[in-house]
Amino acid sequence: MAVSVSPERDTVASPVQRALREALFAGAISFGLFVLFIGLKTDQNISNQLILVQRWGLLITVVVLTMLGRFLYIAYGQPFMASQKVTNVATGLLPASVASRFFLLPAFIAAFVLAIVLFAFNNSLPALVGDGLAGYLQFLRALAVIYALACVIFYFRAFIHANFTKLGISALVLYPILVVVVLSLNAWSITSGLQGSLKWVDNFGIQILIYVMLAWGLNIVVGLAGLLDLGYVAFYAVGAYAYALLGSQYGLSFWILLPAAGAMAAFWGVMLGFPVLRLRGDYLAIVTLAFGEIIRLVLINWREVTNGSAGISGIPKVTFFGLMTFNSTDPNYIGKVLHIAQSSAYYKIFLYYLILALALLTAFVTIRLRRMPVGRAWEALREDEIACRSLGINTTTTKLTAFATGAMFGGFAGAFFAARQGFVSPESFVFLESAIILAIVVLGGMGSLVGIAVAALVMIGGTEALRELDFLKSVFGKDFTPELYRMLLFGMAMVIVMLWKPRGFVGSREPTAFLKERKAVSSSFTKEGHG
Amino acid sequence: MTANAIQKTNPDMKDAILQVDHLSMKFGGLIAIGDLSFQAKRGEITALIGPNGAGKTTVFNCITGFYKPSEGMITLNRADGSSYLLERLPNHEIPARAKVARTFQNIRLFSGMTVLENLLVAQHNKLMKASGYTILGLFGFSGYRKASAESVELAKYWLEKADLVDRADDPAGDLPYGAQRRLEIARAMCTGPELLCLDEPAAGLNPKESLALNSLLMDIKKTSGTSILLIEHDMSVVMQISDHVVVLEYGRKISDGSPQSVRTDPRVIAAYLGVDDEEVEAVLTEVGDEDVIEQLDTGPDSAHGPGTSSSYLAGPVSDTIGHSQGERVTVSKGASKAAQYDTRANSAPRKPSERLTAKPAGKSPKPAAAKSPTGKPRGGRK
Repeated sequence: MAVSVSPERDTVASPVQRALREALFAGAISFGLFVLFIGLKTDQNISNQLILVQRWGLLITVVVLTMLGRFLYIAYGQPFMASQKVTNVATGLLPASVASRFFLLPAFIAAFVLAIVLFAFNNSLPALVGDGLAGYLQFLRALAVIYALACVIFYFRAFIHANFTKLGISALVLYPILVVVVLSLNAWSITSGLQGSLKWVDNFGIQILIYVMLAWGLNIVVGLAGLLDLGYVAFYAVGAYAYALLGSQYGLSFWILLPAAGAMAAFWGVMLGFPVLRLRGDYLAIVTLAFGEIIRLVLINWREVTNGSAGISGIPKVTFFGLMTFNSTDPNYIGKVLHIAQSSAYYKIFLYYLILALALLTAFVTIRLRRMPVGRAWEALREDEIACRSLGINTTTTKLTAFATGAMFGGFAGAFFAARQGFVSPESFVFLESAIILAIVVLGGMGSLVGIAVAALVMIGGTEALRELDFLKSVFGKDFTPELYRMLLFGMAMVIVMLWKPRGFVGSREPTAFLKERKAVSSSFTKEGHG
Repeated sequence: MTANAIQKTNPDMKDAILQVDHLSMKFGGLIAIGDLSFQAKRGEITALIGPNGAGKTTVFNCITGFYKPSEGMITLNRADGSSYLLERLPNHEIPARAKVARTFQNIRLFSGMTVLENLLVAQHNKLMKASGYTILGLFGFSGYRKASAESVELAKYWLEKADLVDRADDPAGDLPYGAQRRLEIARAMCTGPELLCLDEPAAGLNPKESLALNSLLMDIKKTSGTSILLIEHDMSVVMQISDHVVVLEYGRKISDGSPQSVRTDPRVIAAYLGVDDEEVEAVLTEVGDEDVIEQLDTGPDSAHGPGTSSSYLAGPVSDTIGHSQGERVTVSKGASKAAQYDTRANSAPRKPSERLTAKPAGKSPKPAAAKSPTGKPRGGRK
């Protein structure tokens, strides 16, 4: 049979034609996806009846926006990027050229000045331009600050890259001080500066650092040993309840209970490890997932001990190594000892430094362990378990040590969490937490401490920053709560990072020993492990 | 299991580092190794050869503990006089205690780790002890630092031997194939083995790399005193470097001796090159069909075959084999070329004395199996 080739196939469609076609496809797909999600909404009317609200206008807007985006991307975005690539190769500016065109000095100065001006008139803005516009201006200010920071990072990228660890640690150490100083200067009073720092130190600083520490702990199990653990939050819960119960029932100090919580979590890590480590891959993941749920269900149902889903409250605060306390009624309250004004910010700042120290301890131990035989055995286990056994490595104990070490840091973080909240309940230890921690590890690049810290900063900081986007209420209506969209943000970040860098932000691996020079191992050689 | 049960002193076996006795390995109904016995002498290179599917890698997996053999005994005699029964040791203790190292047919390197790291992982057990099971090392005790420096020195020594010093800081997955083979051998040597088992070390190497491998193996044999057991298809490697050759076919040993004697053994030639169908036909017609088919069923080598082992009742591999669920798996009767050779050699004289050892044990179970009513029609031979 003769094969006839249709003449249309021979000619290459112009970008605009192709874009039109693609836009139609995209529109059809998004219509199919969103017709039930957005087009229809169930609601209750005034007499509590369930009614169906039709939102065709919103649906059409979304579909049209999708089509428009697809059209612009195919018609102009792709040809632009293709020509850009050619120019880059021709001019030899790859790959910094696009960035150097994006980060321009005049734009940087403009953004800097804009940010300064908007900061200066921060308090008088609502009166000047109205509430809605003030919200937008605040958002603009945030963008300007981000752009200016990105410019600084871009221009000093070589220096930052060379001294990343030092710079990162000093920035983290100085962070609360900077926040207090800036806010005090802004309000021209130290008390309100301290009060204002609560949000920045607690919601951003401590929250992010807890996740950094948890992700670094899980990194030992998932990133180094290659064992997929979906129930990591169980060890977090063990640590939290260990401090909550022993601290509130027996009045033991945090400094005694912190190692105890770590030891208990490690013990449960070994208890879980023994039966399940013969499983691999998907099977191991499912059993660890089940273990996480079992711990949570035990916490809910063992009411005599854990007080069920009501949780445990009144967990004692951490003391300053027994020398000073943070309860204003105590005789040795920090304000009375040091003769300074009473403020709740001291405790938060102290907790910030405490979790910073714990996180740095995790990093330090991880770095040390990687250079020890056991750490190398973990990584070898991830690369090839059979080869490990052929070299005389006891894979069972090696896996158990990985599990126990990871669990121990989870337990430390749990004890800290309980001390910070003053209240624990099983609500805090749901599977979603495990998933978020694992997502941070995967996004950051398995095994890479820096990548994981950046991923935690972006993901947790990003979700916290959603709370700051109040101006969006003037766009989407009063009952719009941006923080409910954090999972959408997580999903989008996952998709984007996995498309752009399938092995996470930092995919390469630092070798633990070298003869002549330390060369990073490209991610194309490392394996993810099989459980 | 106490250490004493595994560890026994056996002064008679001083010269044999590895003693395999009546080793059998069955996977369900498939018999991968049937009653195999051989010795590997200390300080020698022993080659295990045979056509594809002869069970060579299975023998290796039994020796290195990846499989637990169905029957048989594998004894390893260390230079200090202690002996280990390898089939009783857990997988990871065979390299650690019995000092047997191995490489793999499909290279198994830690590809995401550098070449040097690969060699350091191989010294895991030694370094674990030196680091006080991590605890002392974590606090930076000097003993660990010294041991760590020594391990790098040992790694360097083997890197030089394997000609990989220049690539020491590159990821192992980045090395060319031949270098990966050498690295795997260097890694195995870093465990300080007394017996090195190499599974097809020359597979995929070009002639030049193959020569380099030969000299590396000879060097290992001379300088480190490690005995080598290797599986190889490349006859240039086998004939040049090995002191002793064991030939397997269909899980049975068909020949055993020096490279020269094996090379001229007609059974080995038959196993590798096959027997002309015409010759078989001629023999068959010469001696009446039924009897010859009986002969064909008796297995490749009557001296080492099923007849000598009372425990081995399932009949020869080329026969109908009872499967675990009572199902029968029929392997082509003409499959074993060495058996066909034996048939021709034996069929002409057919003296009872010659088959004395094989007949009573070898024949009695077979007709029951072959002629049982549930048995599928015997077939395969053309």
